[in-house]
Amino acid sequence: MKTDELINMLSEDSIVRFRLSHALTLAFVAAILLAGTLFFTVMGFRPDIEAALTSLRFVFKLVVTAVLFLVAANLMVRIGRPGAWVLPWELALLLVPVLMAVSVLAELVVLPAGDWAAQMIGHNAHECLSLIPLLSIGPLAAFILALRQGAPENPGRAGAVAGLAAGGIAAAFYASNCTDDSPLFVALWYTMAIVIVTGAGYLAGRRWLAW
Amino acid sequence: MSDLAREEQWSAWMRAAIGGDAQAYQRFLTSVTPHLRTMARRRCAQFGAPASEAEDVVQEVLLSIHLKRGTWDPSRPIAPWISTMIRNKLIDSLRRRGSHVDVPLEDVMAVLQIDDQAQTQERLDVDRVLKTLKEPQRTIVQAISVEGSSVRETAGRVNMTEGAVRVALHRALKALSLTYRSQ
Repeated sequence: MKTDELINMLSEDSIVRFRLSHALTLAFVAAILLAGTLFFTVMGFRPDIEAALTSLRFVFKLVVTAVLFLVAANLMVRIGRPGAWVLPWELALLLVPVLMAVSVLAELVVLPAGDWAAQMIGHNAHECLSLIPLLSIGPLAAFILALRQGAPENPGRAGAVAGLAAGGIAAAFYASNCTDDSPLFVALWYTMAIVIVTGAGYLAGRRWLAW
Repeated sequence: MSDLAREEQWSAWMRAAIGGDAQAYQRFLTSVTPHLRTMARRRCAQFGAPASEAEDVVQEVLLSIHLKRGTWDPSRPIAPWISTMIRNKLIDSLRRRGSHVDVPLEDVMAVLQIDDQAQTQERLDVDRVLKTLKEPQRTIVQAISVEGSSVRETAGRVNMTEGAVRVALHRALKALSLTYRSQ
């Protein structure tokens, strides 16, 4: 076939039915609905949520997971778009480990050394490691599906970013159920759970986001 | 034509195309192709790939631009989008053809500013894929590509709705891109 003939074919298929931006908007709605439904039917807020909201440690947990979600989401909507400028958002991701490190240092300062280990191990490590990945399955699937409309330069990396965003939503929901509020607990177990989701996203990206 | 004028023109055509204007889209693709061909030839020569492959590369890149045109945000300039798209797909295509390639984005930008009117169209990978199509897809593709028929004319000929013809055409293009990827 000649190139002109191929162009004839392409031009008759000109209309765009489904844009990447629409796909991503739908995916965000789906992600929040899926994670939210699962969370409120199976888990729900911790019983002392109102009192908890006055605790700095608890609020910080919500803030850091929300920041992770927001930054990863902003990166995700750009990463499938050739020529989009992603560097500022990649750098902004560093905000999350920085926030974590500051909170861990503060906790180490205010807490007697004898309590460190107990706070770090906490009571909900198993729940944390299983519920965050569980809550992120729906969001991750929605994000990967939407990104299939995209053209990411590096499919694995795009998948990993989707994993971070999904892990961020899941962790933010789970944080309002979990009663372990010490930054030491968050830095260890939440991080581990989110790393698992990010790894799953990376593999999903390599598998489904190549184009 | 100045770079800026060309970019404005490409953006305008592409915006119309996204809304379903086949003519504008054809102008856009026809205008991009010579640039693409220059780049593909240069790269094939540089990496020792046979020159006959350049046209296959051109077609593969065109197809990718087509299938991923929904990633261009019509409110943004088209040049960074199309340069990145071309660079990524050139690397991809040449690599799959056995070359180790690195195409700096600046080179793509530079070539996008050259007017190359060379018109050579050669044999294609595409044909192998098209042979695998079943009826009525094959007739549809044949009518639209070789004979330059519109979807409407083709629909009348194969006695199908326009919508069904559009779907068949789109599927054929997807099948084509899948074949490239599994090469």
